[in-house]
Amino acid sequence: MTRPVSSLRPDLAAIAAHVAPGSRVLDIGCGDGALMAELESVSGCDARGMELDGALVERCVSRGLSVVQGDANLDLANYPDKAFDYAILSQTLQTATRPDLILDELLRVGRRAFVSFPNFAHWRTRAALLLGGRMPVTRALPVSWYETQNIHHVTVEDFRDLARMKGARIERAWFFSNEKQIGAPAANWRAEFAVFELSR
Amino acid sequence: MAPAGSSLIYPIPHPLPLDSGQALEAAEIAYETYGTLAPDASNAVLVCHALTGDQYLASPHPITGKPGWWERMVGPGKPIDTNRHFVICANVIGSCMGSSGPASLAPDGQPYAMRFPVITIRDMVRGLVALLDGLGIARLHAVVGGSMGGMQALSLAANWPDRAARVLVIASTARHSAQNIAFHEVGRQAIMADPAWAAGDYYASDARPDNGLAVARMAAHITYLSEAGLTEKFGRRLQDRDAKGFGFDAEFQVESYLRYQGSGFTRRFDANSYLYITRAMDYFDIAEEHGGKLATAFAGTQARFCVVSFDTDWLYPTAESRHVVHALNAAGAKVSFVELSAPHGHDSFLLEHDQLDRVVKGFVE
Repeated sequence: MTRPVSSLRPDLAAIAAHVAPGSRVLDIGCGDGALMAELESVSGCDARGMELDGALVERCVSRGLSVVQGDANLDLANYPDKAFDYAILSQTLQTATRPDLILDELLRVGRRAFVSFPNFAHWRTRAALLLGGRMPVTRALPVSWYETQNIHHVTVEDFRDLARMKGARIERAWFFSNEKQIGAPAANWRAEFAVFELSR
Repeated sequence: MAPAGSSLIYPIPHPLPLDSGQALEAAEIAYETYGTLAPDASNAVLVCHALTGDQYLASPHPITGKPGWWERMVGPGKPIDTNRHFVICANVIGSCMGSSGPASLAPDGQPYAMRFPVITIRDMVRGLVALLDGLGIARLHAVVGGSMGGMQALSLAANWPDRAARVLVIASTARHSAQNIAFHEVGRQAIMADPAWAAGDYYASDARPDNGLAVARMAAHITYLSEAGLTEKFGRRLQDRDAKGFGFDAEFQVESYLRYQGSGFTRRFDANSYLYITRAMDYFDIAEEHGGKLATAFAGTQARFCVVSFDTDWLYPTAESRHVVHALNAAGAKVSFVELSAPHGHDSFLLEHDQLDRVVKGFVE
C-alpha cells in the first residue's frame, strides 16, 4: 500500500502508518498535534493528546484537537485501563522522571504502545563521548547537557531490556538515520532514532 | 429594581421543579439573542453568565449603559461568531434582570422576597433548558460559561447530556470549596447585618440594604483579582492626598476603588438575589448529585469538553479544573484542558486575552 508523502517527522510518520484506522489513540507529549491531526484526518482515528507546554496545548485546541495540558509522570493515572487502542509516546521517554513507570502506564491505558526515542548508542554519540570526552551534542541530540530535557538517555538495547523486564512484547520496530529508515541489523550502532510497537 | 430593559421574556409554560422539592409557578426567563437561528436549529450557542452577570452579553446594559459583559468575545467575526452562530444569553432564575427572582411578584401580587424558594445551579439550568425547549433547540452547538456560568455548563452536561455537543468551561469548578463558601458567607452576613435589609422585606421601603450589598461586593471583588494585580494597579498609593490623614476615609487607592465597585454594584443588583445566587453556588457539588463520584456524572457523555483555567485564579484555582478534567478522562470523554497565564486572577476570563480568544474560537467553531 502506498501512502501520500507525509510532512511528519520520520518517527511520527512510521507510527501514523501503522496505527489501525478508526482506532482510539492517546498521544502523550503530542506537541503541536501534528500526529494527532494526521491520525484524525487520514486514518479516521479518535485521537486525544497530552502535552505539558501550555502554548502548544493552546495551538492544538485552537486547531480543534482534544488535548489536555498535563504531565505524563502524573496525569496518566486518571485514565481507565485499556481506554485506548494505542498509547503513543514520541521522543518523550528520555525526559520522564521514571521511564519504567511511564512504560507501565502506557501498556495499562493502551492495548498497544508506540514509543520513539533518540538512540544514545548511535555511533556519532559514542564517538563524541569516546573521542571528545564530552557529553555529545549531535544532530539527534542538539542540546547541551546543562539545558537538555533528556534526563534519562537510553539506547536501543537498553529499551529492549526494559521491555523484556516489563513483560512487554516487541511487535515491531523501526530505525532511522539521517531522516531515512534503515534496517534492523546493528541498529544500536546505526540508528539515530528508534520506534518500537509494544503489547502486553 | 432593575427593569427588564429590551430583553425578550419567555414565560415557562409549566411549574419549574426545583431541587428543594418545591416548584416555581409562572416563572419567567429574560434573555437576549444575537445572530440567526438556522432552520434546523443546529447553530445555537448558549452562554451562561456569572454570579452578578446578566443576559446583556453583547449589547449595552440598560442600567449602566456599559457595553455587554463579553462583547469582546461575542459578535460578528469575534471568537464566538454571530455570523455563524445563534447566541443566547439568559438571566438565571434567582437573579434580578427580568428573570424570576426574589424581587419578582409572587402570585399574591407582593414581591417574593425571602419567600422565593432556595434554588440550585441545577435549578438555574432547568430554567435554561425550559427556554431551549421554548426556542425549539433540541441540541446546542455549544454551551459556554465562565465562573458560575461554567458551573451551569457542567451541570447541563451532567444532567442533560444530549442537550449540548460542546461544553466550554472557563475559570470554574465542579464544587464549591470551604473557602468559596466562607467568602460568600461574609457577603451574605454583610447584607443581613444591614438594618435596611429588614429580613429581606425592603422592596416597598425607601431604604435598601445598599451598604450591606456594597460590602458583600467589596469582599467578593478581592477574590476576583490577584494579589500581584492589586499591587500593580494600586500598590500602597494614596488617593487624592500626599500624606496619611490619620482617619478612616478611603485614603488608599485600593480602598477608594473597592468602595466605588461596591456602590456601583448596588445600582444594578438586588441584595436578596445576591443571597439566593451565592447560596446556589455554595450548594454546588456535581459529584454529590451523582453518588459522590464526579466521573459518574459524565459517564457515557458524547459531548466534547474544553476546560480552561488561569494560573493566578485563586478563587477557582487550576487544581479544580484538573479535578474536572481527570473525571472527564476517567469517563472517557473527549476533553481539552489548558491553563492560561494571565496576571489578573479570576477576572482574567472577562479581560483581553489573545490565547483565550484562540482557544474559544478553535473549540466553538
